[in-house]
Amino acid sequence: MRSAKQQEIVAAVCLPLGALVVSLLVFGVFVAGSGTSPLTAYTLMYMGGFGTWFSWQNTLQRAAPLILTALCTAIPAHLGLVIIGGEGALVLGGLGAVVTALHLPGGTPWLVQLAMALAGMVAGGLLILVAGALRHYRGVNETISSLLLTYIAIAVFNHLVEGPMRDPASLNKPSTAALDEAHMLGMLPGMEVHWGLVYGLLACVLVYVLMARTVFGFAARVAGGNARAAQLSGLPIGRLILTGCFLAGAAAGLAGMVEVAAVHGRANASLAVGYGYTGILVAFLARHHPLAIIPVAVLLGGIGASGGLLQRRLGLPDATVLVLQGILFVVILASEGLRPAPTQSRQTLRECLQVTGRVAS
Amino acid sequence: MTETALGWWGVPLAVFAGAMRSSTPFLFVSLGELLTEKSGRINLGQEGILVLGAMCGYGVAFLSGSPWLGVLVAGCAGAMLGSVHAALCSLPRVNDIALGIAVMLFGTGLAFYLGKPFIQPQAPRLPAISFGWWSSVPQVQAALQVNVLFLLGAGLAPMLAWGLTHTRWGLILQTVGDSADAARALGYSVHRVRWAATALGGFLAGVGGSFLSLYYPGSWNEGLSSGQGLMAVALVIFARWQPIYCFGAALLFGGAGALGPALQSVGITQGYYLFNAAPYVLTLALMICTSAPQQRLAGAPGELGVRDG
Repeated sequence: MRSAKQQEIVAAVCLPLGALVVSLLVFGVFVAGSGTSPLTAYTLMYMGGFGTWFSWQNTLQRAAPLILTALCTAIPAHLGLVIIGGEGALVLGGLGAVVTALHLPGGTPWLVQLAMALAGMVAGGLLILVAGALRHYRGVNETISSLLLTYIAIAVFNHLVEGPMRDPASLNKPSTAALDEAHMLGMLPGMEVHWGLVYGLLACVLVYVLMARTVFGFAARVAGGNARAAQLSGLPIGRLILTGCFLAGAAAGLAGMVEVAAVHGRANASLAVGYGYTGILVAFLARHHPLAIIPVAVLLGGIGASGGLLQRRLGLPDATVLVLQGILFVVILASEGLRPAPTQSRQTLRECLQVTGRVAS
Repeated sequence: MTETALGWWGVPLAVFAGAMRSSTPFLFVSLGELLTEKSGRINLGQEGILVLGAMCGYGVAFLSGSPWLGVLVAGCAGAMLGSVHAALCSLPRVNDIALGIAVMLFGTGLAFYLGKPFIQPQAPRLPAISFGWWSSVPQVQAALQVNVLFLLGAGLAPMLAWGLTHTRWGLILQTVGDSADAARALGYSVHRVRWAATALGGFLAGVGGSFLSLYYPGSWNEGLSSGQGLMAVALVIFARWQPIYCFGAALLFGGAGALGPALQSVGITQGYYLFNAAPYVLTLALMICTSAPQQRLAGAPGELGVRDG
């Protein structure tokens, strides 16, 4: 007999892997349906994502923003909230970073970068903070409101980039003025991967420590389990939700800063290419565990990186990657149904919380 | 010439025309979502279903030459995706909100994938009935071009309102949505009723999508829908789960969406993107006004996990 704890760990590793295999099989059937050999597609995907050092670099480059946008969904999930506004926070974060850098010409590079990161985090954090505040004070569904806020943020972004903040020299692709070369984030030593990856890794470790080792993390998990019981035990639900949402948005805002300061060098439409949406999938695949996000983001980054190769070699549409992501998302959620029932101790805790909540109401 | 003849009056006229034109997808998706939510589940995947419906409708209309066949196929595609949502939601511990997001991404991705070849060609459009014969002003005539699907949707709303309260099916649906235990005690299969409601809801959302590609804007491209399906979900809450209110709310949303292009037509191009964000701001504002922090919303089906109060 394996212990319940062991069983849980086995399920936590095997179910996502099983879901990945099932998704790839379904995807293979799908690709075969449009006249391409699934084996060729798999091989190309492996080559494009992980086959060579060059593709690894491309993959890691894409994983960096994914790690950060995944945190935007994962942190609120511990509080029982489903936030899907990462794309909006990313876009605002990028914009905030650019505005800051353009107002600090000739500053010391590391100071400007720090200011950019802070500005990006505040801009992104405020957006998701609004969704959290609306949820807490008005009972507005945070899933819908965070996505609406994303659409609004992208509209404001487009308005500023194509209007007041447009660099007149950017003709066919409206952009803001370019950042000073000296203020750009550099590459990690020995590879063509920018420092944003380190930002992402650090953020995951910090969030892990915050969630697993601090009073805040414990309180957040209690509140996520049963808000009423948490309230009765005197936990400041409102402050927890607002802080959690701000941190979530700040992570995605930092992703925007990284994209601007390490990849694009200016703010334009290339910022909104869907990292925020893929981040949602990463968070769910990692079951909102901050450390599990890292390998999952690398995997999804690899799938994204292989999209170009599939397009060039097999003539598949660029949306092929989206289809695979969609299949993966559906399958991973369905696999929750196969998970063994919660272990005894956890169940008891949850029941206790529920009883406390019911007595109170 | 006529622009100057109407001047600023062109703005409310264009908003009115836009309300009738752009409200149709909102109307169909929200009626579909209403059915789904009446059964006690939320399907956020309506957005993906809308986009897939738009693509399927356009593709089939182009290949077969019949826009109505396109509408039908769009509906069926929507019903299939709705069934996927319903079937997977029946599994234990599968969250309908999260699955809705997954269906949203899957439907959109699938539509973009399959829809690549249909971006260029022009499919036949759905017909419109002209009610503007009495006026000599071209804008008025254009404003009163009413699409048949709009009329169908307008008829469907009161029919649903009646059906939900006066037919056996409607009452079973509401029972399942209000208390799954009660429905089970009465011997109804909760899963089957929810499956039917979600599939039918998906059908309507698919039809709404076909309106986008086959009438207005009237072509298929990847930027066709940006959140209409999701706004429709918010709209159902605002409409307090009443089909008739859905109709009014859809008109309001359609009008808000037409504000940007209308102002542009009289020469205000300054905040084009900002005006285009008007529907989102309106949705958010309505959600803020109509939600309440503590008590359950009046009219909400009891089993609905919108809010856990």
